[in-house]
Parts: sequence; C-alpha cells; structure tokens
Amino acid sequence: MSGAVLSVENVTMRFGGIVANRNVSFEAKEGAITALIGPNGAGKTTLFNCITGFYRASEGRIGLWSDGVPTDIGDLITKPIVGGSHLVTRAGIARTFQNIRLFKEMSVIENLLIAQHLSTTNNLSSGIFKSRRFNKTEIEAVDRAYYWLAQMNLLEDANRLAGELPYGRQRRLEIARAMCTSPKLICLDEPAAGLNPSETRELSQVIQILRSEHDLSVLVIEHDMGLVMSISDHIVVLDHGEVISDGTPSEVASDPAVIAAYLGVSEEEVA
Amino acid sequence: MDFYILAQQLVNGITLGAIYGLIAVGYTMVYGVIRMINFAHGDVYMVSAYIAAITLAVLHFFGVQSVPFALITVLVITCVITGFYGWSIERVAYRPLRGSTKLAPLISAIGISLMLQSYVQIAQGARDQGVPVLISGAFRLGSDRDFVQITYMQVVILAASFIAMAILTYVINHTQIGRQCRATQQNRGISAILGVNTDRIISTVFVIGAGTAAVGGTLVTINYGSFNFFIGFVMGIKAFTAAVLGGIGSLPGAILGGLLLGLTEALFAGYVSTDYKDVFAFALLIIILFFRPYGLMGQPEIQKV
Amino acid sequence: MDNAVKPVLIVKLAKEALFTFVIALIVLGPISGLVLEGFSFRTELARALSLAAVVAAGRVLISFLLGTRICSRALQRFNRNSGGGVTVRKGDEKFPYAVIALVFMAGLSFPFFADKYILGVAILALIYVLLGLGLNIVVGLAGLLDLGFVAFYAVGAYLLALGSQYIGLGFWSALLIAPFLAGFCGMILAFPVLRMHGDYLAIVTLGFGEIIRLVLTNWLEFTGGPNGAPAPAPTFLGLEFTRTARQGGVPFHEYFGIPYSADYKFWFIYIVLFLVVSGVVYSVHRLRAMPLGRLWEALREDEIACRSLGVNHVFTKLSAFMLGASTGGLAGVFFAVHQGFVNPTSFTFFESALILAIVVLGGLGSTFGVILAALVLTILPEVLRDFAEYRVLVFGILMVVMMIWKPRGLVRITRPAFFPSSKSVVEISTNQALEVGR
Repeated sequence: MSGAVLSVENVTMRFGGIVANRNVSFEAKEGAITALIGPNGAGKTTLFNCITGFYRASEGRIGLWSDGVPTDIGDLITKPIVGGSHLVTRAGIARTFQNIRLFKEMSVIENLLIAQHLSTTNNLSSGIFKSRRFNKTEIEAVDRAYYWLAQMNLLEDANRLAGELPYGRQRRLEIARAMCTSPKLICLDEPAAGLNPSETRELSQVIQILRSEHDLSVLVIEHDMGLVMSISDHIVVLDHGEVISDGTPSEVASDPAVIAAYLGVSEEEVA
Repeated sequence: MDFYILAQQLVNGITLGAIYGLIAVGYTMVYGVIRMINFAHGDVYMVSAYIAAITLAVLHFFGVQSVPFALITVLVITCVITGFYGWSIERVAYRPLRGSTKLAPLISAIGISLMLQSYVQIAQGARDQGVPVLISGAFRLGSDRDFVQITYMQVVILAASFIAMAILTYVINHTQIGRQCRATQQNRGISAILGVNTDRIISTVFVIGAGTAAVGGTLVTINYGSFNFFIGFVMGIKAFTAAVLGGIGSLPGAILGGLLLGLTEALFAGYVSTDYKDVFAFALLIIILFFRPYGLMGQPEIQKV
Repeated sequence: MDNAVKPVLIVKLAKEALFTFVIALIVLGPISGLVLEGFSFRTELARALSLAAVVAAGRVLISFLLGTRICSRALQRFNRNSGGGVTVRKGDEKFPYAVIALVFMAGLSFPFFADKYILGVAILALIYVLLGLGLNIVVGLAGLLDLGFVAFYAVGAYLLALGSQYIGLGFWSALLIAPFLAGFCGMILAFPVLRMHGDYLAIVTLGFGEIIRLVLTNWLEFTGGPNGAPAPAPTFLGLEFTRTARQGGVPFHEYFGIPYSADYKFWFIYIVLFLVVSGVVYSVHRLRAMPLGRLWEALREDEIACRSLGVNHVFTKLSAFMLGASTGGLAGVFFAVHQGFVNPTSFTFFESALILAIVVLGGLGSTFGVILAALVLTILPEVLRDFAEYRVLVFGILMVVMMIWKPRGLVRITRPAFFPSSKSVVEISTNQALEVGR
C-alpha cells in the first residue's frame, strides 16, 4: 500500500481581496497519477503554483513526503536569503507550464543540460582548466540528456533549436526537461492543451510510462476529460477555489456536484 | 525652526514639484499603454526648452511686446512642435520594435536620447543658452529681513501646471479618447478587438506626454533663464522618480509623485546639502524601487506564472 | 502589369515624400534653422531645408527599395531563419587553433611595429574590449540591462589613483585587488536590483552609476573632486620606466643597458594588457561552456523556467554581476595607469552607453562579436577624428538602426552541438522506450 507523496492541508491562497483557493485539502499517493480538474477559474493553476513553490500559500500546509518524512514546502520558500522555488525543485517536485516555457533560443540538448545543473561540476577552476572531473560530469550529463530524448522519442531533434520544434514535440521536450531534474513528483499543467487526438494518445502513453518505469508520481491539471479518465488513479475536482469532489474516476464522474459545476446547473435541480 | 526659511523651501518645492509632475506624466502614460520606459523623454523636455527659447526670440524679432500674448504663444507653439517630436520618435524608433527582443526598445530609446542631445549640440552649440527675463517681481510675506516670497513666475508655473493637469485629467476621464486610452492601458489586445485603434492611441499618448513635457520645458526656461543640451538627462531621471513614487501608470500618481519629490528635494537642498541634491533624488529612486516598486497609488502586480 | 502599377507607385512615393518632408521640417526645422545667438537668433534656412529634404529622400528610398523585388527576396531570406537568426552548429567544425595562435603572436608583437600614437589607440581599444567582455556577461549572457557599468570601471581606476596616494598601492597590487574590490561592489549593487526586471533594472543601475560619479565629483577632500587624482606609472619587478629612478632603485633602461625611451612604459602596459585580455577572453569562452554560463543564458531566456528547474536565480544573477564588475574594475586599473590620472569626467553615463553599444553591436552574448565591435568603435572615431563632433550622433543613430535591423547584433549567434559519448548509450535507451509516436 503506497503512502502519500504530497499532502495538501487546508490551503487557502489570497491575492488581496480575492480568494483563489479556499481550504483545499487532498493527498496524492506515491506512484499514482492524480488529476486536478475543474472549470476555468477554479484555482487549479494557483494551487499548482503553491505546490511548486511559486506562490506562498496564505494559510495551510503543503508537504512533500519521502520515506515517511515530510518536507514543508512553505518552509522552503520562506527560508531567508537562500529560500525560493528552486529549493522545491531540488526537494523533488518538477513542473511544466501551461504556456510552454522552453529556452527557445537554445538547442534541445542545452535545455536538458540546464536541468542537470545540480549534478554537473560548477566549480570555476575545474571548468576553466577543463579538469577531468569536469569533463566526466559533462559527458554524463549529455548522455543522460540523450537518454531522456530517446525515452520521449525526440532523438532526431537533439541538436535543433528548441523553438523550431513543432508544438507537440515542444510539449514532450518540456516533460523530458522536467525529468532531467530527477523528481519524485512531476506536476504537469495542461499538458494536452493544443494537442490533436493522436498527440494526446501519445501523451497519455508517455505519462503512464513515466509512472510505471521511472518510479514517479504524477499530478496533472487537465481539461481533456478523455485523457483524465483514462490515465488517472485519483481525481480531485476544484470549483471556485474549493474541493468539491475527491475520488476515483468513476466516483467523480457520477458525483452530482461535479456535474453541476461543469454544466452550470444548480445542485438542487440535479439532486 | 525658522518659519520663513521652511516656508520658502516649501514654496520652491511645490513649484519644482509641479514641473516634475508635468514631465512625469509623459513617463507614466507611455508606461501605462506600452509597458516601456521612454528613456528619451527627458531629452524631449530639453528640446522643448530650446524651441521655447527660439520661439521667444522670433517673437521678440517681430516686435511682440505683450507678455501674456508672448507667453501663451510660446506655450502653444512649443507644445505643438514638441508634440511632433513625440509622435515621430514613437513612429521611427519604437513602433518597429514592438515584437522585437526585450532589450531592443530600451536600447533604441537610449539611441534616440543620444541623437537628440548631439543633434541639439551640433545645431545650436554646446554653450549654455538664455532667454530674457519675461516676468519679474514677487509677492512677499514678512519683514525685510525674514520673509518668504513667491515670485510671479512661480505663480505662473503653478497656474499653468494646474490648468494643464486639469485639462488632461478631464480628457482622460470624460472624453472618448481618454476612455480609449484607459482601455488600451488595461488591456491592449481586447481594446483592439473592440475597435480601438490602438496604434493611434499609442501615438496620442506619446504626443500628450511630449506636450506636457513641453509645458514644463517652456516654464522652466522662462523661469530660470538658462539651459543647455544636457538638462534632459537629470530631469529625466528625476521625473521618472516622481512617476515611480506616485505609482507608474497612474496620472494622479504622477502629479502626487512630482509634488512629493519637489518638496523633499527642496527640503534636502535647503537643510542638508545643495551639492548632493541630485544624489538624494537618485537614492530615493533606488529606495522606492526596492521597497515599494508600484508606488504610492499603484497596486502590486502579481507575477503570472 | 508593371506599366499600370508604375504611376500609382510614383504618386504614392511622391505623397510619402511630401508628407515626410513637411514633418521633418516641423521637427528638425526650428532647431537646425534658427540658431540662438544671445537673446536673438540667426537663420540657417538652407541647413534646415536640406536636412528635411535628406530625411524625406531617405524615407522614399527605403520605401522604394522595400517594394522592389531584389529587396523583398533578400528580406525573405533574412526572415526564413526562424529564431531570429540563431542556429545550432553542426558539431564538426574544427577549432581554429592556427588562426588563434597567429592572432595571438601578432598581437603580442604589435608594439615592436607600431608607433606611439597607434600603440595608444591599441591600448584604448584593448581596454574597451575588456569592458565589453565584462558588460557582455551581464547584459549579453545574463540579460540584465546594467546602465551603470561605468561605476566598476571607476572603482578600478580610482583604486589605483587613490590607493597609491593614501596607502602606497602600486600597479601590480591594484591589478590584483581591483577585480575583488569591483566584484564586491558588484555584489552590493546587485542586491537591491535582484528582484527588478528590464527597464527598472536599467534605470536603477543608471542611478547607481550617477551616484558614484556625483560622489567622486563632490567629495573633494578624498577623491580630488572634478580635478581628479594622479595615477602612478607601472613598474616591472621594481624597475621603473622613467629616465631616472624616483623611488630609489634602478630604472628599467639602465638595468637592461639599453637607451632610454618613453615608449617602453607603453610597450609594457600594452603587453600586460594584451596578456590579461587574452586570459579574460579564454576564461569567458570557458565560462560559456560551463553550467554557470548556460545558467546565465537560460536566465536571460526565461527566469521562471529556470526557477522551476531548481536554479537559484539570485546566485546566478549575483555571479553575473560580480564577474562582469570584476572585469570592469580590471579595465579601470589599465585606464588609470595608461592615462596617468583619473577624474570623474571619464565615467559619465555616455561611457556606459558606449560600452553598451559595443555589446549590442557585437551581438549580445557573442565573445568574438564584442571584441570586433570594441575594436571598431574605438578605432573608427580615431580614424574619423575630423568628424569628432558627430561621434555621439552617429552612435545614437547606429543604436536605433541596429535594433531595427539586427537586434541580436552583427555577428550571428550559434549554439554548440552535443553528441552522446557512444552509440550504445543511444541504442540502449531507444530500445527501452516504448513505441511512442512511431
């Protein structure tokens, strides 16, 4: 029985007078694919930003669990001087973005090399004098980049400019790049946006392979219900910043509150 | 504390602040519509000073004696010609770069700034230039030894600034073109879809900014009597400080920021040091941008991830 | 078809010419045509009219050329390079060792062939190469628009001048200390601007540069104010380059038994400078191939993406500022020792703008481009000495034109290519991957 990899407890996010998330609580199990769905404006991306360390939640706790030990995300962000979202990534949470944020004017391999900056030697003198250790870590990083390109079937694009790739491949590249940070949990923000049906099928295969072959937990925001229903183990539904449903795909699909939220019908009418 | 010295600094400060406010308007409105700091704006102000002086000289040549007539004519002509400067600069140096790299518009603006300075220096010479005294005399309060005075010229500055700001505020808040300006400022894409000619609005904003800078340039020239091709640099930074202080993008913020900067600068110069008063203004800018970059009347911008 | 189009085209161009002429006359006319003299003016109508005419003609020419087939084809070829002209190298280019070695030897032996004047220009050019390389790290690689770079230049220069005045610092000690002192100043400057972006960052750094200059100008007791302070001449292992030893000890020429020449000092400065510049060029070249260099460029591309990859953007920005500042400080020491004195007029905003022009023209991030641009922008004004009055105007026009025409600089930016260490690495991972998208 797998434990939780991510715990979100009573998270509220306020921007001035606007409450984007109110008292959100759920758990993402280790090795599972958890989907976060909801109508537009429900607060999904805001929650993502809290989980990945870009926003500091106004209230509540977010914990990343590894071997039963939690790391408080809020603590990582608020550490004086050295704190920030980068610590969240180093703790093991990687993410992709709704509007692809690749380094478009750098090559595909370079995008992946940057993601591995922590494992490559950054010592000034090693680099300037081309020490053996420096060369070794560089070669390893390039090989690792090629490994992930092969996994994502992007090998022929290795030395192309990232911005030149077609949209579907750019999305896969962004996932490959996130994987290069060796995460425990990967958060995908609308990975199927803008993809045609066959690309979406490829994407669902990719996500499932990531989960099964690479010991990864996945948290995904999606609007494509077909994708969500087919790959998710667990779905959390948000509406107006609150959790309105939480369960397996079949449970959520038949939940009247969810139907009401999506169709805009009042709950009394449906019940 | 000597009341009269303090009062004098306050009078000087408010007058100075009115000028800063006029020029800050240009920065704030341009930033509002295209999110760009018009680095060349200070030099547009400098150009207006020269045009005002030239117009004055021409009027003098044609034997114009009446001071009010000369004043109004100089203001109008300078505003019009400087407006053309604002329009041309936007068309030539900024519009072609709208889709370009992040740094391109700023570097282009620096280029324009250098061009304006050197153009004026080559055409008009590097020496300080001057204009004859138009308005002299002052209101004086107090005795012969301890007094505070407000010169007639300072009154003119305050009046002209007030009128200019009032007209501008009216235009922005109660006319259609003002409404279009505000809409473009909030969301350029949607405004364009709704039929606003955003290119024309952006040009209009540049012209308005140049116009208010021209009012400032004319008034400063007539008040201080001398100027040179380099006055735009420091004034530019100070007016920008005023715009940021009040909240960049906000018209009342520019006015408020200008007045605040003028007052604090006058007090600093009067009580601490005149040599370092520019350092004070620059330091103030850095402090504001560090602690409260959205200014007094602005809202913190949430970074969209 | 063409015959029917021609009259329409001519009318269109004519209207454009008239429109441009009138606007140019309104804008440029008053300042160029009515020159202030005291309280009155003199007319230079011919100048105003010809200026407006030139502008109008230029505009019409550009419109005409853009409409012709030759130009549109050239534009098409230009626009076809997506990514604004950035390409990835093939990976099979051989590093031009021979050429580099040749250039190095030529540069090193330059003083023996050049006269004093040319050597002076060369020294100045190399100083600007150093400055350009430093600013290139901050602006070109990391994308942080620093308009106050001249402050670090001043730190290095004044370190030597005031250091020798107050604590007996010599050329070599200053050369060693300057990078660290300037780097430290870079760190102090960087802290407040870490959270700022784009335009705000530019203005704040501009403010810092100006504050430094104003303090240098006004703090008479310490810095010598507007008159500045003298800087000592360099020594080679304690040997001075003067005719007679002033600090006890033997002058250079006496030690080596050769006749005295005032040139030796400049030869020495040049050679040391050339070696330092070569070292910096090599270091920057290596930095770009290191994770740190890549992080700078990634930061320039997309800071949020960097943060999501675990990059500490604060340290990355700090490192860029500090390394750039160190290089600027180094250049300052050479400037002081070459000129013999320092004063605040050498460290105005125009200097920062000039160094920025070098970086922009050379191609933001391209080391070779920056070197080329520094050489051109230093040597050309010397060559065109007669037109010195127009130098600033030309710089300004150049900056605007470059941004419209080639915003990424004259030298095309290329990305390096990477290949796996062995075929087997790729084969294994390809076999492991599922049949995704095949």
